[in-house]
Amino acid sequence: MAELGRAALLLTLGLSAYALLAGGFAAWKGRRRLAHSARNALIASFFSTLVAALVLVVGFLRDDFSLRYVAEHSSRALPTQYKFSAFWGGQEGSLLLWLLILTGYAALAVWLARKRARDLVVWVTPVLAGIALGFTWLLVAVSSPFDVAAAPQDGSGLNPSLQNPYMVIHPVALYLGYVGLAVPFAFAMGALLSGRTDERWIVATRRWTIVAWTALGVGQLLGAHWAYVEVGWGGYYAWDPVENAALMPWLAATAFLHSVMIQEKRGMLRIWNVTLVSLAFCLSLFGTFLTRSGVVTSIHSFTKSSIGPWFLGFIVVAVVFAVGMIWLRLPQLRTTAKLESLVSREAAFLYNNLLLVALCLTILWGTAWPMVSEAVRGESVVVGRPYYDFFLRIFGLPLLLLMGIAPLVAWRRASLRGLVRTFVWPGAVALATGVTLIAFGAGSSIPGLVAYSFAAFVLATIVHEFARGTAARRALTGEPVPTALSRLIGRNRRRYGGYVVHAAIVLLAIGVAGSSAYDSVAEKRLTPGQSLEVAGYTLTYRSLGERDGPNATEVRALLDVRRGGKDLGTVEAGKNSYSVEQQVSNEVGIRTDYLTGEDLFVIAEQVRDDGAVFFRVFVKPLVNLIWLAGFVFVLGSVIALWPDAREERRLATRYASARERSDTPATT
Amino acid sequence: MIWALVAAALAVALVVVVALPFLREPAPASDALHELGPAERRLLEAEEARDRALAALQELEADHRAGRISDEDYRAVVGSLRRDAAEALRALDRLGARPRSAGTSDAGAKID
Repeated sequence: MAELGRAALLLTLGLSAYALLAGGFAAWKGRRRLAHSARNALIASFFSTLVAALVLVVGFLRDDFSLRYVAEHSSRALPTQYKFSAFWGGQEGSLLLWLLILTGYAALAVWLARKRARDLVVWVTPVLAGIALGFTWLLVAVSSPFDVAAAPQDGSGLNPSLQNPYMVIHPVALYLGYVGLAVPFAFAMGALLSGRTDERWIVATRRWTIVAWTALGVGQLLGAHWAYVEVGWGGYYAWDPVENAALMPWLAATAFLHSVMIQEKRGMLRIWNVTLVSLAFCLSLFGTFLTRSGVVTSIHSFTKSSIGPWFLGFIVVAVVFAVGMIWLRLPQLRTTAKLESLVSREAAFLYNNLLLVALCLTILWGTAWPMVSEAVRGESVVVGRPYYDFFLRIFGLPLLLLMGIAPLVAWRRASLRGLVRTFVWPGAVALATGVTLIAFGAGSSIPGLVAYSFAAFVLATIVHEFARGTAARRALTGEPVPTALSRLIGRNRRRYGGYVVHAAIVLLAIGVAGSSAYDSVAEKRLTPGQSLEVAGYTLTYRSLGERDGPNATEVRALLDVRRGGKDLGTVEAGKNSYSVEQQVSNEVGIRTDYLTGEDLFVIAEQVRDDGAVFFRVFVKPLVNLIWLAGFVFVLGSVIALWPDAREERRLATRYASARERSDTPATT
Repeated sequence: MIWALVAAALAVALVVVVALPFLREPAPASDALHELGPAERRLLEAEEARDRALAALQELEADHRAGRISDEDYRAVVGSLRRDAAEALRALDRLGARPRSAGTSDAGAKID
């Protein structure tokens, strides 16, 4: 089957090259049939890539070790779900997944936008085709998943860290986010290439941006939970370069989602918006480069490869192209609308943007500096947690506060007196929260205290907003509360979906502050019968057992858990020994208190032959709010994404009128 | 061999898809792209400006009614928004555009 996979990828290469060249020529010369043909080629490239992907999946499921990639990332004993996820367990498969998602997105995006923005789509096609061509070239010429060799009796197996249910979904979600940012980028570039700098590229890509941003956010949370339960160091985010690589485009896309509202409402920030969308896409390429090139050592990077220079070249081309196009179209992008007041919603969104971009760039500097230093000076430097924590507090805390302030400030200008009146209740709630926390002894961490007070402020503004909107609707229509609330949300999904997303970020902030600023840790070597105490818990090591798993030997230490004299059951922690892979993994024990959101987290660091175990135990208050935030985040995104029939009608009327006029001269 | 045949069949099918616009219209009356002319682009931009101005006015009214915006702030802004809306409508009139249809008006948004 390898020849079918290779042929399918060659077809994708030909189709994307044709879509790039024929599409570019058709757009330049105004050739309708050629433009449609190029669009069809881009759509067809999805199907040829899908065939290549299916060939690889079948190779894994059938243990076809004549495929070198399958032999290096799977084994006969590997459970079926991990044979499936082994597809993206290495570089070649990851690139193929990237290409599959890209061509899928591209096909759907150009097809859906073909009526409303047809003069834009003809330029979008070659841009998307160019990106697809770059990735297909890597898969065909540099790093093919369809290389064949003499089949060994068994494969080398999959890295044990990847044998986790999260690895079935986390990389896909992350790639849906990374790759999804190519769509708004392509439309922005299409708008600049065609000189159509009106709002259509924003209208056409609004939902794509939210989809990509949501997937990237969910992918990061899934990755954080994977690190928490699988890597076994007691945390969920370590400012690892690969983790940062996903956070940076997400921050840039967050800034874009906010600033684009200023363009829609006021017609301002056009240059800034195309810059942000380009930054987000280039950072997503940079993220893929970090993950796939092997230039950084990371718990998330499983690759050593030679594609680094190709990727760097790709990033340089994207940056030069984007900067060149923005420079070329500067006169058309400039607007006459001005910021009327520093106290207005657009000003608040601008502050939000500056903070987000500042945070993004400081993370970029911290991530890139070790590589730059090694390349230029030959010295290895480490940018550690204190650097990132410092900037997270400096930029993150004001961002948290702005989340509560910005949505309630009037557009254009607002008076300070009006603001004070609007924020008197949320301010009082924040103050009361701070005082209560100090009274309960939570003043040990000033950043934690500030984060909680700001979080209370934002939550109060959100609850107030929903309550006020519902009351206003009830006063006018007499509807019952549930009806009034659901119609309130339905009438302005982007606004109220945004509030729900803000609530998710608040939950995340509370979870991060609680689990990092107020956590407890204890370490002790125990023999059976001995106990350890931490944050009110007493853990008694009962016994050590061994059992056979599907493809590993599992050693588990069993501990009894008690708190305040109450028996809370048992928790297991230990290690898995994988025979095929010849590797050992930490398998942590977690006991969750669903009422308080607290975790008791047990690591069996060293297991000795005499049965003694060196345990490290963490108590992490509120950590489960981080995972809860993920569900709330998705809910908010779905609300914001849900189609609005009134908005669709309004846009249909606007674009139909322009289209009718444009069709008339062309067909006569 | 069988896979080579499958690959060839796939190639043929995809080439047909790519050639479809030419197969469907071998000799069209016009092969020009339906692009917006300068007048249509001005109209589109004017319609965007109109929608922006009306949406801003609507949002201000809704925020004021719900108590988000104080009377003082409302009075400071509403005049310029109304002027912008009137100017956008006049610009559309000058371009000879159709009026915004009743189906696209948004009474419900007054209470969000």
